[in-house]
Amino acid sequence: MTARAIQRVNPVTKLAAALVLSVALVLTVDWVSATVALVLESVLFFWAGLSFKTFFLRTSPVLIAAPFGALTLLLYGNPSGPSYAQFLLVNVTQGSVQLALAVFLRVLAIGLPAAVLFVTVDPTDLADGLAQVVRLPARFVLGGLAGLRLVGLFLQDWKSLALARRARGVADRGRIRRFGGQVFALLVLSIRRGSKLATAMEARGFGSATARSWARESRLGRRDAALILIGVAIAASAITVSVATGNWRFVAGG
Amino acid sequence: MLGGDDDGESRGELLVAGRRPEEARGEVGLVLQDPDSQVILARVGDDVAFGCENLGLPREEIWHRVGDALDAVGLRLPLAHPTSDLSGGQKQRLALAGVLAMRPKLLLLDEPTANLDPEGVIEVRDAVARVLQGTDAAFVVIEHRVEVWRHLVDRVVVLSPEGGILADGSPELVLEEQGQALANSGIWVPGHPPRHPSRARISGETPVLSAERLAIGRRAGQEVADGIDLTVDAGRLLALTGRNGSGKSTLGLTLGGLLAPLSGRVLAAPGLMDGAAAEPIRWKSRELLTRIGTVFQDPEHQFLTGRVRDELAVGPRALKLPAAVVDARVDGLLERLRLTHLAEANPFTLSGGEKRRLSVATVLATQPRLLVLDEPTFGQDSRTWAELVALLSELLDDGSSIVAITHDGEFVDALADGELRLTVEPVAR
Repeated sequence: MTARAIQRVNPVTKLAAALVLSVALVLTVDWVSATVALVLESVLFFWAGLSFKTFFLRTSPVLIAAPFGALTLLLYGNPSGPSYAQFLLVNVTQGSVQLALAVFLRVLAIGLPAAVLFVTVDPTDLADGLAQVVRLPARFVLGGLAGLRLVGLFLQDWKSLALARRARGVADRGRIRRFGGQVFALLVLSIRRGSKLATAMEARGFGSATARSWARESRLGRRDAALILIGVAIAASAITVSVATGNWRFVAGG
Repeated sequence: MLGGDDDGESRGELLVAGRRPEEARGEVGLVLQDPDSQVILARVGDDVAFGCENLGLPREEIWHRVGDALDAVGLRLPLAHPTSDLSGGQKQRLALAGVLAMRPKLLLLDEPTANLDPEGVIEVRDAVARVLQGTDAAFVVIEHRVEVWRHLVDRVVVLSPEGGILADGSPELVLEEQGQALANSGIWVPGHPPRHPSRARISGETPVLSAERLAIGRRAGQEVADGIDLTVDAGRLLALTGRNGSGKSTLGLTLGGLLAPLSGRVLAAPGLMDGAAAEPIRWKSRELLTRIGTVFQDPEHQFLTGRVRDELAVGPRALKLPAAVVDARVDGLLERLRLTHLAEANPFTLSGGEKRRLSVATVLATQPRLLVLDEPTFGQDSRTWAELVALLSELLDDGSSIVAITHDGEFVDALADGELRLTVEPVAR
């Protein structure tokens, strides 16, 4: 795959590929499967066509969450095996070290590809895919897509509501009550904005009995098959190596 | 179609091309007032294509029509251009292109230029004129300000606020022969401007608030304008004008002590400080009430209660004024701004013009020395406009100061003592 090819993969396929990897990796909590997946994935990241800056910026939530999750488990995880350090509730044992490492790698192995795949997804293309490929109802998909655009307006509304309360002389105290009132006001405003948008959409014939056509075609091609195959291959390799080396720990079995 | 104020109900039968409106989707192309709520999709081409998709047209036909419609409204942008980057006038032209692509039999425009700056108004008007040359669709526009559309329409229908029709006929007949009578009932009729109050300007210049090398923005790193120096004097009105997006509202909020300057300072003169800090942004919320009153662009952001009467009492009560004083102020303002009959109504249910008057009244209730008004005359008919302007003129003559953000040239002519025009800086965008 070339850098541009990832842009031409159907967003639905990206969703499916990320799903395949996640399902395979949440079935077990061992460090081997996650390491194998992560190594194979990191080769692919170079093909995603992201600059280093974009890559680190977009995956930063995952990069931050992984060590923190691991640290928590390291200090407070279910103790087993020899203990290395103990202080109040903190008990670092062989078991908790292994668990922490496994979770750290797992969060990265699931989170990074998902983040990378989604950075390259355009909401409009995803909606096209969900409606035409997955065949979700158009009303639902397009309503959601149009509503997404309102999120930015809601953020502005929230800021204005806070400023307006200061201007009205009621912002000095009663923070909790004011917050409640502001939430309610935002709800009222958002319903209004929503209904205005719905009117505008209906004025353009949305929601009529006529079968809708699609100006942009969304379909699956060889690239999509390739991405799914890669996803399945990574998942399969991770599981195979893990089972072969005797590290597989099925979650449900404890 | 003109009218005093904008509420109405419908009765009787309405047929579109001989069918019920629900069965005739796509026959009527509707463009509404608010540019932001009409953008449906993220890219220009997709947005125009949306209506055609709903009609179930074949793909090639859709893109053919999208190109034609964008040409017709003069919006020559790449199809993938993001709709969020468009100006107000461009968004309205986009909405027009969107309905045009559906090839409607009727183009119905509901105050399509109300939210636009004067340049945007001309832009949309010219786009409509061009569209009408290339189509045989009927054209109906609902409008407060007739001047804009006068030369594009063949017939004018004036609705009465009490229901029924006030006048119906050719523009010449309606606007010239019955012009005076209509103007008296609050319709904006070209050639019949509302009365401008005579100002008794207080003498001498006493600064109330000043700004030095001000840089403004809603958030750090999002600077919209900089290098602003200005002084507001007692008894004077300073008009802030400029195109949509030039930072007028942001400047208003910064002067009003609601947004912190990104750099530079806003300083209150000792008379306005009245014991508080020098910079309004450091005042307590309650300290603002008697010093600077800000009316927001969107009145709905400011309403706190479920009743017009309570809404007016919020400020005076926060100042802990005696009940009798609160009542007197509330009643006086209700009367003065023609809201008495709405005293028990919910503020959110008022018409656009009434909401605007109510939000101005809520601020007047605490008698601040300085008023910052964002589009105070928006949606007013010529009668309420004249009353509002007269009221502001009295406040000025009594020594209050006003900073008004406005697109309304008539308002600037009537009241402004100074004008600061903000320009859109391409670097800052």
